[in-house]
Amino acid sequence: MNPTVAWIRDLAASLGVPAVLVPLVPFLLLLIVLYAVIGLAAYGVKRKWPRADRTIAFWLFVSPWLIGFCLFTIGPMLSSVYVSLTSWDLITPPKFVGLANYTEAFQDARVAQALKVTLLYAVISVPLQTALAFLVAMLLNTDLPGMRFFRTIWYLPSLVSGVAQMVLFLWVFNPQYGLVNDVLGRFGIEGPGWFNDASWALPTVILMSLWTVGGAMVIYLAGLKDVPSNLYEAAAIDGAGPARQFWHVTLPQMSPIILFNALTGIIGALQIFTQGFIAKGGPKDSLLFFVYYLYDNAFQNFRMGYASALAWILFVVILALTAVTLRGSAFAVYYETELSGRKRRRR
Amino acid sequence: MTALAEPLVLRADRPFWRRNLTITVVLYVLLVLGSVVFVYPFLWMMATSLRSLAGVGSSGASVWPREFLWDNYTRAVTSFPFWRYALNSVLTTLIPIVGTVFSCSLAGFAFARLRVRFSGVLFGVVLATMLLPGEVTMVPQFMLFNNLGMIDTLYPLILPAFFGSPFYIFLFRQFFARMPSELADAAVVDGCGWFRTFWLVYLPLARPAVVAVSILLFMGYWNNFLGPAIYINSDQWKTLPLALAGFQSVNGTDTPLLMATSILITAPCLVIFFVAQKHITNGITFTGGK
Repeated sequence: MNPTVAWIRDLAASLGVPAVLVPLVPFLLLLIVLYAVIGLAAYGVKRKWPRADRTIAFWLFVSPWLIGFCLFTIGPMLSSVYVSLTSWDLITPPKFVGLANYTEAFQDARVAQALKVTLLYAVISVPLQTALAFLVAMLLNTDLPGMRFFRTIWYLPSLVSGVAQMVLFLWVFNPQYGLVNDVLGRFGIEGPGWFNDASWALPTVILMSLWTVGGAMVIYLAGLKDVPSNLYEAAAIDGAGPARQFWHVTLPQMSPIILFNALTGIIGALQIFTQGFIAKGGPKDSLLFFVYYLYDNAFQNFRMGYASALAWILFVVILALTAVTLRGSAFAVYYETELSGRKRRRR
Repeated sequence: MTALAEPLVLRADRPFWRRNLTITVVLYVLLVLGSVVFVYPFLWMMATSLRSLAGVGSSGASVWPREFLWDNYTRAVTSFPFWRYALNSVLTTLIPIVGTVFSCSLAGFAFARLRVRFSGVLFGVVLATMLLPGEVTMVPQFMLFNNLGMIDTLYPLILPAFFGSPFYIFLFRQFFARMPSELADAAVVDGCGWFRTFWLVYLPLARPAVVAVSILLFMGYWNNFLGPAIYINSDQWKTLPLALAGFQSVNGTDTPLLMATSILITAPCLVIFFVAQKHITNGITFTGGK
């Protein structure tokens, strides 16, 4: 803890501030000082240029975000660059070690394993999820009776998220008493060990992730409803059957939404954490997801420098995979500029 | 052109899946089979939460409720300080929702209605930070809160929400930009300051956006796991997901108890879903990209 912060806390405690609120006091003081300065500046500007109220209002309105951006994003990012060049356990002062953390990371077999597991998960689960969510959305977009009921059912699982989902699926895939192996057993198939088997653990997590495609599915459903019906009519007039209507109308119209979902899906998949945490990395590190390994280094082993270096490696991986997706999809995504009514194909 | 299209449109409004009985039947079979696969683990979770330990071992995949041991739920709320964790979860969900909605709608309004010099550049920065993974700032943020003496309190999970989140700023900006700007002009002419214009005119009109964003945020904050896993060590500040994770590693074999606890943790999300189904679909229409 910072000595000034500690001093303010002691002062607050001796003034009779309730113990729960004591940690908040230094931060609030900082904010009050900040806003006093901002307020004074705004007052000064207002005195000098009485008609600048729009400018003053703008900066005041974005000030919470701007302060947060400096305090929680840019500041930490810059310090993260420095910390990644040090060896630091939070107790003794940081020691500058140059690029040692990065060279260690590139030789660390567990980093390689973490990257492998995480990338495999992202590269397999995201296309599967996208395809499944889209197919289900197509199916649920048919206005047959009872569709509202089916939509609710398919969406429900995505409400069971994070820890509760993992806890449930540890039992669904339990080799002895689990749901899946019992069903397989009735067909005379002996199910694998799922989460307990190093070669099955990752495929199990991927299977599990398919259970919650509901979230992406509703987005596709909303998109499908927005496809202008006159396009289908025009296609029908030109003699296009259902398959060609799908290929030439539905897919191009939906492509920006698919891209958006795939992108957010990839970024989310690379940040998978909870499953690795609860499985404690899985048997033989088979579920050693990158963020879990990062967490383990930072908050279990208190290797802040090494963890920061890992964070930057993850950042580069995410950036690279995003760029590859954008590049690879550029030819396939169809953008319609609504304002001009002009259609263009981006290459 | 229109004269030609008229009769053919009649053909197009009966889609092919309605014209052909076989296709209709196949679609229904797919729907029902898929629904069973999707809803079955859910039913199994509920059935298991009402069984005895011996019952779990003997019933396998069956979801038929042969036992009704409501006692599992009583045990779930008494065998560990459930209500304490629930209170922590509520605090780290509701306060951040208020904070995020306030700070993001304010900034969104500024970006939509108060175009001044540099506002475009600043909005570009907002969009760029949307792509930034939180993990890069995870370690230094921890050090920041460590310096502020806030480790092992709920504050690191609550405070950042008051400083905006790029995605929701973007969402609110899009929403406000679609509202007529004459509203602002009229209010300002009537002597309303900009804040009152925002607070009394624009924000009430943005109710659908506020509701939809709040629901999205609820699901996110309620299920947040990484944050508590980093900042919370002592038992008294644990949130429900963190407590459940700890519970799983200690009582990993008491399946009925684990399932009952999981259901209790999921219940608020289910309730909100059924109450606010319409608003969720609303929210999706303006989060859905394009």
